[in-house]
Amino acid sequence: MTTELKRTPLYEVHRAAGAKMVDFGGWDMPVQYSGLIDEHNTVRKGVGLFDVSHMGEIQIRGPEAMKLVDFATTNAVAKLKTGQAQYSGLLYAHGGFVDDILVHKVADDSFFLCVNASNQDKDFEHILSLNRFDCEVEFASNKYAQLAIQGPKALGVAQTLTETDLSAIRYYWFRDGVFAGVPARMARTGYTGEDGFEVYVAPENAATVWNAIMDAGKSEGIKPCGLGARNTLRLESKMALYGHEIGPTISPLEADLAWIVKLDKGDFNGRDALVKQKEKGLTRRLVGFEMRGRGIGRDGYEVNLEGVPAGWVTSGSPAPTLGRNIGLCYLPLDRARPGEKIEIVIRNQAVEAETVPTPFYKRPETPRSVDKRSETPRSF
Amino acid sequence: MNYPESYRYTKEHEWVSLDGDTATVGITFHAQKELGDIVYVDLPKTGTDVEKGKSFGSVESVKAVSDIYAPVSGEVVEVNEELSNTPEKLNEDPHGAAWLIKVKVDGPGDFNNLLSVSDYQKYVGAES
Repeated sequence: MTTELKRTPLYEVHRAAGAKMVDFGGWDMPVQYSGLIDEHNTVRKGVGLFDVSHMGEIQIRGPEAMKLVDFATTNAVAKLKTGQAQYSGLLYAHGGFVDDILVHKVADDSFFLCVNASNQDKDFEHILSLNRFDCEVEFASNKYAQLAIQGPKALGVAQTLTETDLSAIRYYWFRDGVFAGVPARMARTGYTGEDGFEVYVAPENAATVWNAIMDAGKSEGIKPCGLGARNTLRLESKMALYGHEIGPTISPLEADLAWIVKLDKGDFNGRDALVKQKEKGLTRRLVGFEMRGRGIGRDGYEVNLEGVPAGWVTSGSPAPTLGRNIGLCYLPLDRARPGEKIEIVIRNQAVEAETVPTPFYKRPETPRSVDKRSETPRSF
Repeated sequence: MNYPESYRYTKEHEWVSLDGDTATVGITFHAQKELGDIVYVDLPKTGTDVEKGKSFGSVESVKAVSDIYAPVSGEVVEVNEELSNTPEKLNEDPHGAAWLIKVKVDGPGDFNNLLSVSDYQKYVGAES
């Protein structure tokens, strides 16, 4: 390696905590602490803390900010209310992914985009190239560290660190306030399939906030978690990973992400290509599978139908919550549906698998927050 | 971690113990730690010949597959069948109960040429 790996502001914290570090797209990131399965289960049952400061941030401001974001992304930005976030796609004109992103509406004239670490430079250039709306487009990754506190106990732990009523923030909404004594953006979002928050703070405050969360979560058994568990958690919940399920040669329709594409919202970059693709009909689509034979179908492995190569695995792994070996793969459209017998080629051997419905895992319904009015003693 | 003095080691992180002409082969504590949670172990059948330096099987963790290389040449005389149902034992007791295969070797030559415990520990120390 000649190029220096990039570090998050929490690098020293990870090293001191004994994390195993790996090169993740040019970033020196913790892949695991106590062990991948242990961390995975901790997030499903309790609460875990991730450093995701490698993620990029782009801020778009100006009277026509909404128009630029709406034109650059696939989802309906006009429908966002201030304080709301949405998952979306950033597409090339040919309909393939530049990136998948989170759009936060900070104000009518201000949007905050969270983008993938390895794509942040090209995302920024891409948005600039579409900026005929005279917006200020700011590359803001160096202004933010991001910590993800995830799991059924995340809300309780996080609430001890802020005056902001976190239970009042609904899923895919956010608020700005003070968290662990520092200014923070608290978003009820995540990449694990569990409840939780992604907290954006200034890099110089990252270690303070990390330590405060670890202390606050001690009684709930909080554990630091690495990118290994983050990957198995997101895969069980069938959340896409750039470079695997999605990329420049794959459209959101193929990636089973039609729900983030709003063709009726007006023009956006890539729309024409998607309309054409829809008219012609898709040739392939993403579908989930479970191994039936012995083995794990891993990323990049070939998928056969009746002995003939027909697709490829985008992500595959043992699913710790389910105790089965799962994966996602691309298959010809007419076979990209649950119940198909397929074979995954694992080290030159075709191993039986079957396509299944997704997501593989869905969290139990969170109990509705207690209606506080009924609990408040009335004075009359 | 306790690396037995009587074992010999490889740079690919296997260990060997020799009892007469039977060599027992496993992976080291360092190897299992690097791999993380092990979920599959693929081993040859009894009667197969393995060749020093060649892959004879694989271990698979949640994250990755890793080949295991034969530190000695010879015929496989016993396979640790228990590992197919309890691969996690490789994380728990890699130098003991979770041995992989036993190989009938033709003399101690291969064994003697492997790394001593102090050389191996120096090697993994320098590596990290």
